[in-house]
Amino acid sequence: MGVEGIGARVVRKEDKRFITGKGRYVDDIKLLGMTHAHFVRSPHAHAKVKGIDSSAALKMPGVVAVLTGQQIVDDKVGNLICGWAITSKDGSPMKMGAWPAMAPETVRFVGQAVAVVIADSKNLARDAAEAVVVDYEELPAVADMQAAIKSGAPQLHPEASGNQVYDWVIGDEGATDAAFAKAANVVKLDVTNNRLAPNAMEPRAAIADYDAAEEHFTLYTTSQNPHVARLVLSAFYNIAPEHKLRVIAPDVGGGFGSKIFIYPEEMVALWASKKIGRPVKWTGDRTEAFLTDAHGRDHVTHAELAFDANNKITGLKVKTYANFGAYMSLFSSSVPTYLYATLLSGQYNIPAIHAEVIGVYTNTTPVDAYRGAGRPEASYLIERLMETAARQLKVDPAQLRRTNFITQFPHQTPVIMAYDTGDFNASLDAAMKAIDYAGFPARKAKAKSDGKLRGIGVSCYIEACGIAPSKAVGSLGAGVGLWESAEVRVNPVGTIEILTGSHSHGQGHETTFCQLVAERLGVPISQVSIVHGDTDKVQFGMGTYGSRSAAVGLTAILKAMEKMESKAKKIAAHALEASEADIVIENGEFKVTGTDKAIALPMVALAAYTAHNLPDGMEPGLKESAFYDPTNFTFPAGTYICELEVDPGTGKTSFVNFVAADDFGRLINPMIVEGQVHGGLVQGIGQALLEHAIYDASGQPVTASFMDYAMPRADDVPSFNLSHTTTLCPGNPLGIKGCGEAGAIGASAAVINAITDAIGKNNLEMPATPDRVWRTIHAA
Amino acid sequence: MSTVKLTVNGKAVAVDVEDRTLLVQLLRDHLNLTGTHVGCDTSQCGACVVHMDGRAVKSCTMLAGQADGASITTIEGIAKGDELHPMQAAFRDNHGLQCGYCTPGMIMSAIDIVQRHGGQLDEATVRSELEGNICRCTGYHNIVKAVLDAAGRMKVSQAAE
Repeated sequence: MGVEGIGARVVRKEDKRFITGKGRYVDDIKLLGMTHAHFVRSPHAHAKVKGIDSSAALKMPGVVAVLTGQQIVDDKVGNLICGWAITSKDGSPMKMGAWPAMAPETVRFVGQAVAVVIADSKNLARDAAEAVVVDYEELPAVADMQAAIKSGAPQLHPEASGNQVYDWVIGDEGATDAAFAKAANVVKLDVTNNRLAPNAMEPRAAIADYDAAEEHFTLYTTSQNPHVARLVLSAFYNIAPEHKLRVIAPDVGGGFGSKIFIYPEEMVALWASKKIGRPVKWTGDRTEAFLTDAHGRDHVTHAELAFDANNKITGLKVKTYANFGAYMSLFSSSVPTYLYATLLSGQYNIPAIHAEVIGVYTNTTPVDAYRGAGRPEASYLIERLMETAARQLKVDPAQLRRTNFITQFPHQTPVIMAYDTGDFNASLDAAMKAIDYAGFPARKAKAKSDGKLRGIGVSCYIEACGIAPSKAVGSLGAGVGLWESAEVRVNPVGTIEILTGSHSHGQGHETTFCQLVAERLGVPISQVSIVHGDTDKVQFGMGTYGSRSAAVGLTAILKAMEKMESKAKKIAAHALEASEADIVIENGEFKVTGTDKAIALPMVALAAYTAHNLPDGMEPGLKESAFYDPTNFTFPAGTYICELEVDPGTGKTSFVNFVAADDFGRLINPMIVEGQVHGGLVQGIGQALLEHAIYDASGQPVTASFMDYAMPRADDVPSFNLSHTTTLCPGNPLGIKGCGEAGAIGASAAVINAITDAIGKNNLEMPATPDRVWRTIHAA
Repeated sequence: MSTVKLTVNGKAVAVDVEDRTLLVQLLRDHLNLTGTHVGCDTSQCGACVVHMDGRAVKSCTMLAGQADGASITTIEGIAKGDELHPMQAAFRDNHGLQCGYCTPGMIMSAIDIVQRHGGQLDEATVRSELEGNICRCTGYHNIVKAVLDAAGRMKVSQAAE
């Protein structure tokens, strides 16, 4: 309905403040009497803390306090938790090593905090932190996953012998072995999924403000899920009961998963604010982000795919080692298990799958969800396997995929997921047409005559989004339900406020969520406000991650809208002396169908609040809320095809074309959806070509600044050619699947498949830097 | 401590700062102009770009004292009242921003790029020139579109003046 409804390319309401410099991020906020925190962080990957001498620091100008790990433990602030329980194949629970907010005894990664200096200014806190003397006794460290699981390796946690977090399995091992025993062909592949640093452009920050009179805390923080932060800070970290803790996540400068988690700095700021009786602000710098924001990926996998004589897949075997870093971050346990191995069927009909995942501690920064979280690792693995198989079986890679596509829905995979709908041939067709797949051999020949190696790479991804049905994830070990809540407030003058538990940190909710209201009521989006990011305003919510805000959050808004509309129609029918069943809503009016009788929304709202003439027994007011728990995951899917050239003299890759054909179900705002895809694709390309968080053997991070870690720049990546094929998601009334992670999930395999096609050698690890590509070309 | 005298967004100001104060700290902490951001510590990301005497500079990489006597323009100073600068409007119309954090620096760099290249901009030039500004959200696709769009708009608005 209307130019601002569902499907319209509405420019974003939130943009005005961002393009004029009026955004309000945590570091922009100043409170009266505010102090500044600077953390004293370990320079060692593994060491005993034998003593901390803060006497010199305490004498420095402006220093308010120096607080240590022993003090936070003494004050009974809880250790950090992992909120998803995973059980090993022997029935034992995952082995969680104790993680205090600041280390009292042992540090296990470079950057782990041992103390904090609180001072009147940021510079003074930084100066004084330099003067805190920590007596470390260095311990042997292990950063490499394969080294960490060898006998005799340095041990990180007494709770986890052999540095093993868990040894988890999924699928039917017997059926999978039987499939391999009968296979006509078996394709084997070893794959490393490189460790990445999320690098949202806004560094993490927190301001804690304790009100002693009310025994109440306010926390401003860079969070994707302020209510989850409050829940965890309250229930597990003993900061304050929930009604005495307000968490505000104002404008947040990107998240990509890294701002889901509740970090030590937020805990310390809250605790310190009460201790010193003044507000405490901490703003991380970029190096602190590299050292302490949860990293992503970091898998080493061996996989085998069995085929029958007709090139149909009959079985898949996977063994993955997943690096957890030094501690189990909040949702880390679920990422290489239920978010990874459950997607190993890809878009293909695979009758038998068996996967084993071994979680490993190392003396590195903790690893958790980063854009896609487990699904990029699964998609990369299966799409590299399919490409390898096509080369080994000497069939066209697109045709091999087509031969094995799932075409009947719903489809139950052997690894939990039940795909509800999709049309994988449609997206493959669209992508092949967009890139002129048939014309590729001629283009390759032309490039060859110019001295360039041209390659084409296909990637057909599927992901599970709309996270998630609470009962299902509860049965798999999740510590929380993953529904969403919403409230619709129609004010007495007819303006509308939508309160949502989703959180926008770039996704454009302030526009797209209004578009649903515009669609249903026919009012301009200027009459609607979205309220989010404050636990005092919104009753509850699970936040934004896993491409869930439209599929789950917007559906909750729809449910609340339906309740509100139902009441409003009763009021309108009463006022118009008509039957409720005859009332329709159009252009902001409630009309009696087939007549010219109508009453405008503001008049209905005013009637609801004056309550002078409401139907008998009706409560005044026009405000409704709803909780929505999805019935299933959603399954966005699509095909990406990349065409590129490699310079054999330098190993440098140049993009020729990159096409994406995605099926996200219904699109609310195609402009915003395209933006999500662009950003995701570049994160996937970044992983394939540039990005790698590297540690040396002693656990020293080698890539802890933008000078050392290769972030994609504008001249590293191409413009994109996007299209959409659509099957509506049957699991939610709006038919939405979600679009936030697809690009990051599907892109990296397309790039590596294309480079290996170009150079004619299949084994190439990410990131495919010119050096690595050149060496691969010239390897014997 | 030193007194730094400069013009910020057309207004003369004198600020007493520690000698080690960076220009970005002067803008954010002393003048409350928080539209200019800090995204890294190594002069890579460009979230802090402002104009000094009409030229794009990274305000995290110079001392406030180095701006003594200069004229500084920040993201807060480029619109004329309610009328957006053509680059701001182009970023909005082309969805050239998502989280908004890199956006002020992107816009200030982009204005400088257009001013230096005039109407001779193409996609490859824009991409090459944006090397010093990092965005993690947009994949640059719509930023490049916005800069090219604004280059046209700025030509038109200059012609009109």
